[in-house]
Amino acid sequence: MLIINQVTKQFSNHLAVDKVSFEMPKGSIMGLLGPNGAGKTTLIRMITTITMPDSGQILFDGEPLARKHILKTGYMPEERGLYKKMKVGHHLVYLAQLKGFSRKEAKREIQKWMDKFDIMDWWDKKVQDLSKGMQQKIQFISTVVHRPKLLIFDEPFSGLDPINANLIKDEISQLHKEGASIIFSTHRMEQVEEICEYIVLINQGNNILEGYVKDIKQDFKQNHFEIKYSGSPINSHFEALDIISHQDNTLVFHLPEGENSNVILQNLLQQGVDIQSFREILPTFNEIFINQVEQNTPNR
Amino acid sequence: MNIRNVKLIIAREYFTRVTSKSFILGTILTPIGIGLLMWVSGYIMTQTDSKIFKIAVLDDNHALEKHLKNTKTFAFTFRDEPLETLKKQAENKKYDGVLFVPKLDSIQESKITALYYSDKQLGLERSESLSNRLGKALRKYKMKTLDIDQKTLDIIKTSVSINPEPIKKNGKDRSTMTSMIAAGIGGMMGFIMYIVVFVYGMMIMRSVMEEKTSRIVEVIMSSVKPIELMIGKILGVGAVGLTQLAFWMVLIPVILFGVNFAMGGAIGTMPHTEMTQEVLNNPDLLTGNTKITQITYEIMSLNWWLILPLFVFYFLGGFFLYASLFAAVGSAIGDDVGESQSLTLPISLPVIIALYIMMAALKDPNSTMAVWASIFPLFSPIVMPARLAFDPPMWQIVASVVSLIVGVWFFAWLSARIYRVGILLYGKKISFKELGKWMLNNK
Repeated sequence: MLIINQVTKQFSNHLAVDKVSFEMPKGSIMGLLGPNGAGKTTLIRMITTITMPDSGQILFDGEPLARKHILKTGYMPEERGLYKKMKVGHHLVYLAQLKGFSRKEAKREIQKWMDKFDIMDWWDKKVQDLSKGMQQKIQFISTVVHRPKLLIFDEPFSGLDPINANLIKDEISQLHKEGASIIFSTHRMEQVEEICEYIVLINQGNNILEGYVKDIKQDFKQNHFEIKYSGSPINSHFEALDIISHQDNTLVFHLPEGENSNVILQNLLQQGVDIQSFREILPTFNEIFINQVEQNTPNR
Repeated sequence: MNIRNVKLIIAREYFTRVTSKSFILGTILTPIGIGLLMWVSGYIMTQTDSKIFKIAVLDDNHALEKHLKNTKTFAFTFRDEPLETLKKQAENKKYDGVLFVPKLDSIQESKITALYYSDKQLGLERSESLSNRLGKALRKYKMKTLDIDQKTLDIIKTSVSINPEPIKKNGKDRSTMTSMIAAGIGGMMGFIMYIVVFVYGMMIMRSVMEEKTSRIVEVIMSSVKPIELMIGKILGVGAVGLTQLAFWMVLIPVILFGVNFAMGGAIGTMPHTEMTQEVLNNPDLLTGNTKITQITYEIMSLNWWLILPLFVFYFLGGFFLYASLFAAVGSAIGDDVGESQSLTLPISLPVIIALYIMMAALKDPNSTMAVWASIFPLFSPIVMPARLAFDPPMWQIVASVVSLIVGVWFFAWLSARIYRVGILLYGKKISFKELGKWMLNNK
C-alpha cells in the first residue's frame, strides 16, 4: 500500500525523520509506534502531503505520492479540533466536500454514519455543545466518510469511554475487513497487540523495528513458560526445571534451546502434578517497546 | 491550487460569519448607534437655555439705551442708581446680573471692558452673545456720533473672494470650495480604508488563531493546501466586509434621514443659537440654499469615473495586502495570545502612520511626503484615496496603482510562506529571526 523509501525531513534545528524506510502491506493494520518526539507526526504529515520530504520517496499504491492521493486518505490527527460555532451536519458536509464529495453525496453518506451511531439528532447542534467524546465520534465520521483506501488514526481512542472506544474499534475493524489499509499510531501497547498486524517502531527519526506482530513476538520470546497447578507444592517435581520464579502455585521457568515443552508437561503429568494451565509467556509489546527504545537511544 | 476547495472555504467563511448573531447585530446596531448618537448630540445642541436673563445695565455713557435691544435670552433694563444698589438688587434676585459699561474716553476708543456682576455664571455662549450685543450697540452709538449712516457703511465694504482659474486651457476650473469638499470626501475615503484594514484584518487574524488553537487546521490541512485555506479565508472575510459595508451604505443614510425627520429637520437647521444665527444673518456669507447648491455642484464636478473605480481598487488592494499580513501573524501567534501584541505591532504601525500621513495630506495634498506615501504600497491604500479628490497628476496614480499591485503580490507571497509554516507549529514562541528564516527557507 505504502512504500516509504529513505525519507528524510530536516527542520531548522533538528532532524525529525532520518532516512526512514518501510513497506506497509496492502490491506493491513499497521501500528506506527515510537516515543514522544520520535518523528511519527512528521512522517504522517508527509504521508498526508501536508509537508514534503526533503529527500526520499513515498509510493502510494505503487505511484509516487501526489496531491490527488489525499482524496483516498483519511487522517484523524492526534491534535484534532472542529469549528466550534458550526453545526454538526454542516461541518461534516463541509469536510466531506473538501474530500471531493458533492453536497448531495456527502449528505447521504453522513446520514448513513450518523444513523449507524444513532446520533442523527445532533445534526443541528453546534459543535461547542457536544462533549469531547461526542466530538470524537464526529471526527471519526469525517475521517472515514469518503471511503478512503488509506486510513490514518493518531491516538483514536484518547478521551473515549470504554463503550465508545469499543464502538470505534469495531468500526475500524469493519473498515479493515472491507479492504482499507490502516495506519494506527499510539502509545498504548495493549491496543497495538489487540489491533495491529504489522508494526513499525520509530525512535529519534530512525526506524528501529519493523515486521508482523506475530513474528516480532516470536523473535523476542525468551522461552519462558508458566505453569499453574493446584495442591501443595512438592519441590522434587520441579527439580529438573530452570526456575525463574515460583510462588502461589504459579511457576515460571526457562526452557533451554532445543528442548520440547511437551516433554516437560508430560513428565509433570506423569508425576501426578495437578496442572491447571501451561502456557508460553510471550513478551508484551510494552516490554519490546521499552527494550528496543532503550537500546537504540544513545544518550540515555 | 484547487479552485473548488478555495470556493468551499470561501463559502464556509462567508456563511458562518454572515449568519452569526454577532454579524447581524453589528450590521444593524452600528447604524442605529450612529443614528442614536446623532439624535442625542442633536438634541443636546438644540437644548439651549431658554430662560431670559434679566440684566440691569449701568451705562456711564448714557447713550446705549436706544441701541441695546432685548433678545430672546436677555432682557435689559437701564438704571441710573449707583452700582452698589444694583448689586444688592441682583443679590435679592431682582436681576440675574448687572452689566456695567464704563465711559468711553473718546469716540476713538476701540477697546473697552464691560463688567458683569453676578453669582450665576453666564456660560460661554451667553457671554459671547452679550459682548456681541454690546459691541453692536456701541457701534450704532459711534455711527450716530460720527454721523455715518448704514448706507455709507455698506458702500465702504467690499466683499472679496478668490476664484482659482487654471492657466492651461484644458485645466479644471475650480472654486475655493473645491479643496474643502475634496478634503471632506478624501478624508472620509481614507478613514473608511483605515477602519476596513483594521477591523477586517483583525477579524482574519483572530480567525486564523482560532483555527490554530482549536487544532482544526490539522484536519483541514489533510484536505487542502495552506495557501488555499489562507486565500479562501481572506476572500471569504473580504466578502463579509463588502456585505457589511453595503448594508451600512443603505442603512446609515436611511437612519440619518429618519433621525433628521424625527427631529423636525433640526439637524439641517441646527444653527439655532443666537451666535450662529448672527453669522448666518451676516450678508457677507452665502445663504444656506446657494451654499448647498454649490456643494452639490462641486461634488458632481469631481471626476467620479476615475475616483470610484480607483477607490474600489485601493479598497481591495489595501484589504488583500493587510489581510494576508494579519493572516501570517495569526498563524505565527497560535496559542499564546500575549504574544499577539508584539507581533501585530509591525503591521499596525504602518496603518497608523498612514492615517497620520493621510490627515497631513488633506492639508497639503501635493507635499513630497504625501506623494511618496501614496506610491508606497503599505501607505497608498489609505493615503491615495484621500488625495484622489484633489486631482493628483496621472503619473502618480499610475505609479501608485502599479506599486500596489506589486506590493500585494509581494506581501501575499511573503505571508503565505510564513503562514504555511506557522499554522502547523505548536507550543513554540516565534521570534522575528525565525519569521525571517521561514520567508527565506524554501522547504
